[in-house]
Amino acid sequence: MRRNQVAVVGAAETTELGVIPNMSQIQLHADAALNAIADAGLKLSDIDGIATAVETPQQIAHYLGIKPTWVDGTSVGGCSFMLHVRHAAAAIEAGLCKTVLITHAESGKSMIGKLPRSTPPDSLNGQFESPFGVFGPPSMFPIPVLRYMKTYGITHEQIAMVAVVQREWAAKNPRATMKAPITVEDVLNSKMIAYPFRILQCCLVTDGGGALILTSAGRAKDFPQKPVYILGTGESVETPMVSQMETFNSSRAFTTAGPLAFKEAGIAHKDVDHLMIYDAFAHLPLFGLGDLGFMPHEETGRFIAEGNTRPGGKLPLNTNGGGLSYMHSGMYGMYALQESVRQMRGIAPAQVKDARISVCHGVGGMFAASGTIIFTNEK
Amino acid sequence: MAEPARAKPKPTPETQHFWDGTAAGELRLQRCDACANVYFPPRPFCPSCASRKVSVFKASGKARLYSYVINHRPAAPGFTPPYAIAVVELDEGPRMMSNIIDCPQTPEALELDMKLEVAFEKLDDKITLPQFRPAKG
Repeated sequence: MRRNQVAVVGAAETTELGVIPNMSQIQLHADAALNAIADAGLKLSDIDGIATAVETPQQIAHYLGIKPTWVDGTSVGGCSFMLHVRHAAAAIEAGLCKTVLITHAESGKSMIGKLPRSTPPDSLNGQFESPFGVFGPPSMFPIPVLRYMKTYGITHEQIAMVAVVQREWAAKNPRATMKAPITVEDVLNSKMIAYPFRILQCCLVTDGGGALILTSAGRAKDFPQKPVYILGTGESVETPMVSQMETFNSSRAFTTAGPLAFKEAGIAHKDVDHLMIYDAFAHLPLFGLGDLGFMPHEETGRFIAEGNTRPGGKLPLNTNGGGLSYMHSGMYGMYALQESVRQMRGIAPAQVKDARISVCHGVGGMFAASGTIIFTNEK
Repeated sequence: MAEPARAKPKPTPETQHFWDGTAAGELRLQRCDACANVYFPPRPFCPSCASRKVSVFKASGKARLYSYVINHRPAAPGFTPPYAIAVVELDEGPRMMSNIIDCPQTPEALELDMKLEVAFEKLDDKITLPQFRPAKG
């Protein structure tokens, strides 16, 4: 894809985030979508492309009264929205549609109008993982951690620092769910969930949603908000079974999607002013820093522990507080994208001064899928 | 009321040989006749070279502990926490999820790379699960 041909011209989250007991999942989609449409100064009838995950595009299109000529229902977990951005950018460039709405919402806490996730006993996961006691992401996603720690000499204290630093960012964000400062000791003494991870190393469970509107860069300058251009994109999938990853020392989906996006963007790592790495659990920023090529994996734990990603550090990471402290409705990728857009617009609560390039990296499932979007505010 | 049972696999035509194997006290893997790739989970073709000429064989049952979590909460039905959910690397190459039995479920006892051997836990007449325990000797 060519650089900077498509821009985000509308971006918004649901009016409320956190616990939203008075709204069903589909209404959370609509709330985010209507906020994004207002942000872009558009009417519903201007939207001719729609993408969403978990809920079907037909459900969201009909509920909102949209008549699309381009549809994407890619649903690969929490990074689905990164893939939607990539697909929408290609579709807009190809002339398949002009103005795309991407929505995410999940009644992750209140569970209103949300289909339960289930694993059929005759699926491969149902035969070769479920019988061994996996029960939800906390019992699966951290399975690679001990191997990763042994291979690269990463310590429990270093991984605990991921949560500490992200709480520092969250403290600057009025919409963050958890703002009270925490220490490494707090993390390592918090309730055990699935050794080696404790509750402060696991994502929040909340309600909320977000939506993006994309159009061609040529039209973008006529919109009320500062355009945020799509500089580079990448995507991949590996396996729906965490036990079947090629290695626990790396994510193949990450090492495919990330470098694709950097190559397309034509940037070096030193050009990155702001970074989001989807943190469903505290090890993901370490995998991301290594797999995206910011540094060797051996250095990731020390890099974070030494404060390089905290407010004022040289590589601001997960500046909204992340899935650990900002919010996590189940598919967090949309909120990472929203924070990248805010940083590129210059309106983030914890704004990185003069940030021009933002890398936003998502994961889906338990390292099952990945999408990377690189944004810029300079054309 | 009976305790809730652990999730039970339901074989498919492509995986039946594996579950027949565990019921017979064998851990069965597949090897590609064309490129010799050994792979898991079961499927009637080689995921490396796409050949449909593949053979089922009895694996050694020897493995090492690749990684794990010790799950505390929430516990899956049929499990009493804390219990380890492990990924073992078989001597033949493939990895699989399993549990480590006859071993304290603690970080001290569960040492990465420790040698393991397969054991079989019968759930009913149709399904026997492969489990692993510390290798003897």
